[in-house]
Amino acid sequence: MSYIGILITYIFIQNFILVQFMGLCPFIGVSKNSESALGMGLAVTFVTTVASVVTYMVQHFLLVPFGLEYLQTISFILVIAALVQLVEMVIRKMSPSLYKALGIFLPLITTNCAVLGIAILNVQNDYNLVESLFGGAAAGLGFTLAIVLMSNIREKLDLLPVRKVFKGVPIAFISAGLMALAFMAFDASLVTNLHLV
Amino acid sequence: MGILAAFLVIAIMGLVLGFGLAFADKKFAVEKDEKLIQMEKSMPGANCGGCGFAGCSAYAEAVCKGEAEIGLCSPGGAALAQKMGEIMGVAVDATQERKVAFVHCRGNADVTVQQFIYDGIDDCNAAAIAQGGPNACKEGCLHLGSCMKVCPVGAISRDEKMMIHVDPDKCIGCGKCTTVCPTMVMKLIPASAQYVVACNNHEMGAKVKKACQVGCIGCKICQVKVPDSGCKVENFLSTIDYAADTSGLEKAAALCPQKCFEKR
Repeated sequence: MSYIGILITYIFIQNFILVQFMGLCPFIGVSKNSESALGMGLAVTFVTTVASVVTYMVQHFLLVPFGLEYLQTISFILVIAALVQLVEMVIRKMSPSLYKALGIFLPLITTNCAVLGIAILNVQNDYNLVESLFGGAAAGLGFTLAIVLMSNIREKLDLLPVRKVFKGVPIAFISAGLMALAFMAFDASLVTNLHLV
Repeated sequence: MGILAAFLVIAIMGLVLGFGLAFADKKFAVEKDEKLIQMEKSMPGANCGGCGFAGCSAYAEAVCKGEAEIGLCSPGGAALAQKMGEIMGVAVDATQERKVAFVHCRGNADVTVQQFIYDGIDDCNAAAIAQGGPNACKEGCLHLGSCMKVCPVGAISRDEKMMIHVDPDKCIGCGKCTTVCPTMVMKLIPASAQYVVACNNHEMGAKVKKACQVGCIGCKICQVKVPDSGCKVENFLSTIDYAADTSGLEKAAALCPQKCFEKR
């Protein structure tokens, strides 16, 4: 598959949040305002991109040569956890306000299944190093797109006369469901029709 | 061979990542305000929340930023206020006395009339919803120990008669029990107080007598006969003004027909 094909696949057709339903915890937790949502999205994008490259190397230079494919999950999680720690340190240093806004969801990127998901999908799809890089970046960008859209919707929802029983998270869940429905329109045939396979 | 390889691969990965993170931690270390570090060290660390902030470090941060006053910390008391003043470089009037919680009620099931048997959730606020609790006196202690559950230092105990006692040595005066108590019978008093009017009932004398044998009936004997007791009767309840002259309290306690005074 071409690089643009990979980008389109993971941003739209196989969007991690709205189609594959991975990484929903920060999607609801950090989408209250658009600034911290963007920060969260970029942090996740950084982690997925770097994790894709590093896990590719771990898979092909460590696990396969030694016949240790069964250690995939634990070694990938080890890499991801270390990367998230690094991101946390950098954000704490660079932007204390963003660090405070992200709160517990920043270390929780470690357990964000979107990150482990893309690392394992890269291996399953037999991507090479550059394709893995694109896969990781696309997964992160798809996450960012979804969470930023969601945060803008929720900011608008705060100003609307929503019924009391739906106020806050319930109406957010309903909006998320409608967004997911819309994303179902992106079909795998899109990539084939555009001759991007 | 397989096990050894697996062990080595994971161990080496762990080591490399660990050292990498240790290096990054040094490189991206955030310098903390020197004042804040000192302030956090001198805090009592009970995280009781009595100051109105989320915890000791949150209060220290607010003081350093100038958003909060010095001296809100009751566990730390005057000594801490003094120290915080030194750190911030401001003069602090540290004459505040240490305060402790006290149950202003001597009632129990023997002396207070019981209107019904409460058999619900083991919580004072739940009992208070049910017609103000089983006591005929609706302003007394409910004995279910909600204050014991919120006390951050475990200073509150309950004896076999279900009476609640606060250990004045352990109490840090955070006031959590005073806010959780539905009848507000738990109040803060100066730690040095010798006598307390252990009643919280504002009803008129006849009603109090019907409800409880040890309730203050508002007879004003303590106020009128012993002027230097510091007692003042308002709304049929005697309260002691600890700032006033309280030298005659022992005499007043002896004269009290209902024996409401409790010696500490």
